[in-house]
Amino acid sequence: MTKLYTEEHEWIEVDGDIAVIGVSAFAAEQLGTDIVAAEDLLEVGEDVAKDDILFVFEKAKAAVEVYAPVSGEVVEVNAFLEGAPEDFHDKLTAGEWLYKIKMSMPSETEGLMDEAAYKEFSEG
Amino acid sequence: MADKDTLKTTPLTGLNKALGGTMVDFAGYQMPLQFPSGIVAEHLHVREKAGLFDVSHMGPCILSLPERGGPDAHEKISAMFEPLVCGDIKGLAPGEMRYTLLLNEDGGILDDLMVARPFDPDAQGLLYIVVNAATKEADFARISKACTGAELHRLDDEMALLALQGPAARRVMSAIVPEAADMIFMTVKHINIEGVSGGACAVTCSGYTGEDGYEILVPAADAEGFAKRLLDHPDVAPIGLGARDSLRLEAGLCLYGHDMDETRSPVEANLTWAVSKSRREAAEFPGSKRILFQIENGADQKRVGLKLVDKAPAREGAEIATKSGEVVGVVTSGGHGHWVGAPVAMGYVARQYASLGAELDVIVRGKPRAAIVTRMPFMKQNYYRGQ
Repeated sequence: MTKLYTEEHEWIEVDGDIAVIGVSAFAAEQLGTDIVAAEDLLEVGEDVAKDDILFVFEKAKAAVEVYAPVSGEVVEVNAFLEGAPEDFHDKLTAGEWLYKIKMSMPSETEGLMDEAAYKEFSEG
Repeated sequence: MADKDTLKTTPLTGLNKALGGTMVDFAGYQMPLQFPSGIVAEHLHVREKAGLFDVSHMGPCILSLPERGGPDAHEKISAMFEPLVCGDIKGLAPGEMRYTLLLNEDGGILDDLMVARPFDPDAQGLLYIVVNAATKEADFARISKACTGAELHRLDDEMALLALQGPAARRVMSAIVPEAADMIFMTVKHINIEGVSGGACAVTCSGYTGEDGYEILVPAADAEGFAKRLLDHPDVAPIGLGARDSLRLEAGLCLYGHDMDETRSPVEANLTWAVSKSRREAAEFPGSKRILFQIENGADQKRVGLKLVDKAPAREGAEIATKSGEVVGVVTSGGHGHWVGAPVAMGYVARQYASLGAELDVIVRGKPRAAIVTRMPFMKQNYYRGQ
């Protein structure tokens, strides 16, 4: 499945009306090895609007927010986010997904970057 | 922020970079925020083994009478310096050091600092002082101005200051500097270190992590070689400023400019113990009227430790509120306590909420999160006070 990318360094894989959401390898690297928790996770069934905070990575020295790239209803939250934070870096680097959202406005994915465009964006 | 080209370096900047340090501007110096293992791993390493910190950005100096030695030399230098601080300097035994506070006329805290009296009879009339990096220019100027009969010789450009901290620090240090093996907490020794030229090095048994350890002042030329010898030990890892901050927070220790500043008195900052008994009795230190009143009657606000019930750390600036939503204080330092495994914070609250066990909320991202006023340090201190 092709990945689309946001300027917030998140990726989306669209599967019908479901958007599978993760963070890019670049973001995983930036997040680093000092994540201590994933906080304020939304629950399955909650509605989000595009650009709402999905949850927050708490790092040793800072909090990093992860935003919803699309609007819709949370249908699944990856269980690893409730688990041991010392595994987060490896999971994120390996491209593990974070959230699945049932999109209410699929057109929101239009205009997102493809792999090549994102590569240029994140390295440029 | 200073331009990268104008940032000052320390004698260990090259080594810090070679070790993969992520370099940041701190108090005008290029300093390592963290090394590749990351802040959490570094923090735990210091609690379990030993960590080496480059703290050469700080302000070590010697305040000295023109003529040293003699039976009343220490009393003379103390009489000049004591009016600036609230600690008993006269009463320091040879080889002893003390944590004290530089105060303004209102009793506000201008800086916190370490003051040591040398052991050697010929060196009496000298104080070895270490002040904070961000405040050192003002501190040095203030001390020089007040101590007209003495000379202040700053050592921050010609020396490196290293801190070796952790339960393995004593074992590591003893193998390289045997004379440091039996030093007890808050003492100083001048030691000729093998491989380090330029005379005896000031070695103190002290630190700012809550762990046993040393701070070693080494001439710039031999600093990297000495640091490498410490790092050669398998138990020693280089540690950056990120872990230094989380370690001192867990140890309940204040960071100047955050947990205390010139608007806060020692009583408000919960550092009343640093106002020495002899100074209280004489009642002639800066701001003594206000401070003695607060010691007697309590201050309106007080620095407390907070343990958060959930996982979200409260950061500096977060409001502290009662369960009914009334804002009664502010967080001045906060983060994850990597060793205690929970978010910890310190902050100022109105006195009626400052008692241990008080249940409060901290506001993080707009939501109240349960917090409990907790004794500091949040972990067990491991200072060596002799057998």
